[in-house]
Amino acid sequence: MIIMGEMMSDEIMARRVALELSGDCFVNLGIGMPMLVSNHIGTGKQVMFQAENGILGVGPRAEPGMEDKDLGNAGDEHVTVSAGASFMDSATAFDMIRGGHLDATVLGAFQVSEKGDLANWKLPGRKLGSYGGAMDLAAGARKVIVMMKHVTNDGLPRIVRECSYPLTAKNCVSLIVTDIAVIKVVDDGLELCETAPGWTPAQVQQLTEPQLIVRNVSSWPLSVS
Amino acid sequence: MSKVFESCAEAVADIEDGATVMVGGFTGRGTPSQLLLALREKGPKNLAIVRNDASGGWKNPIDVDILIEAGMVRKVITCFAVFGSPKKVSLLERAAMDGLVEVELVPQGTLAERIRAGGAGIGAFYTPVGVGTEAAAGKEVRVIGGREMILEHALKADFSLIKAHRADTLGNLVYRMSARNFNPIMAMASRTTIAEVENLVDVGGIDPDEVMTPCVFVRRIVPTGKVA
Repeated sequence: MIIMGEMMSDEIMARRVALELSGDCFVNLGIGMPMLVSNHIGTGKQVMFQAENGILGVGPRAEPGMEDKDLGNAGDEHVTVSAGASFMDSATAFDMIRGGHLDATVLGAFQVSEKGDLANWKLPGRKLGSYGGAMDLAAGARKVIVMMKHVTNDGLPRIVRECSYPLTAKNCVSLIVTDIAVIKVVDDGLELCETAPGWTPAQVQQLTEPQLIVRNVSSWPLSVS
Repeated sequence: MSKVFESCAEAVADIEDGATVMVGGFTGRGTPSQLLLALREKGPKNLAIVRNDASGGWKNPIDVDILIEAGMVRKVITCFAVFGSPKKVSLLERAAMDGLVEVELVPQGTLAERIRAGGAGIGAFYTPVGVGTEAAAGKEVRVIGGREMILEHALKADFSLIKAHRADTLGNLVYRMSARNFNPIMAMASRTTIAEVENLVDVGGIDPDEVMTPCVFVRRIVPTGKVA
């Protein structure tokens, strides 16, 4: 692998994803890296976070000593709730998800294909994996944003022609934010929209399996990096 | 006959070999840990367990893991079979690799809806979740409203072990915060629902407007106090 620009940190990726969440929207953040996004919502936005274990209106993490044993998110983190929050059972939480009531979800991924197929629940060769709520979110949220590192630890592209990992849902991803680029899933393939500071479209292409459509590529907004 | 039991041991005494048991909770929250400990002590074999997460690895020390570890489980229906870092092999995955436990992996919303359907007298339903994936393997696919959907069947059980924050002696239940999760729907889906409760009050002690699980769904109550 050729070492090129510097990969953006998880926090910077989270800041870039947060720009996609416009005011007055309901959003579910997947377990793991996507949960960082909640730290970067600008003031003046009315983003309400849903946790699929039964919270609408998840607030910041609980301060040490202020944890409540009955209040946690789907990733088992002690959280708080924001004003106007509500609790619900799991069936109702997934009515919100499956019923198309959430504006967006941010999910991690192992692979995303050229057609927007998502693979994020099981590694090849393993007996078992965990669906969690990913299949429901991928099928039900109005917009699926994937937040992931651009390549694997071994330097292999995660954005591929066809997923070789077991699928979570077909043709569901609309936007991919990685540590080097922002890529939109469009009718004719994958369009490179932004490159991270220090990266050229050609360098991003080298780490991406399918051919990227290059029309108007801009740099990540400066406020992000 | 009173629904209130003195001990978890008495409340689970008739859970026999081969029973299907739903277990409420999501990670540690709303998990009936005292009932699980009593069930392990009683030790029935060949249980089928329905539970959101069966991967272990969360912060809670007492989980359905303890039943799997004790060799009491033949089948697990769950959404989480491996924990967090997918490189770690869970107790459940190890048992499945050794051919000791059969695992049916279900998307979380589909699991919730199958349980609700089981409690509501619905036989099956069509859902778009899982289309084109391993979760659809062997299932009927139909196009409804222009979208592909798969047929999913209701789930029922012999027993549900659940946890509530407050109960009256009739079995009306109130849950607290995110400890509600699967508990209300599992309460509906079993022949015998056993609730571990933190606080027990007299009849009339819960405002009818606040009841989350009406007492018709609950057969047994065990006051255990607050256990982390």
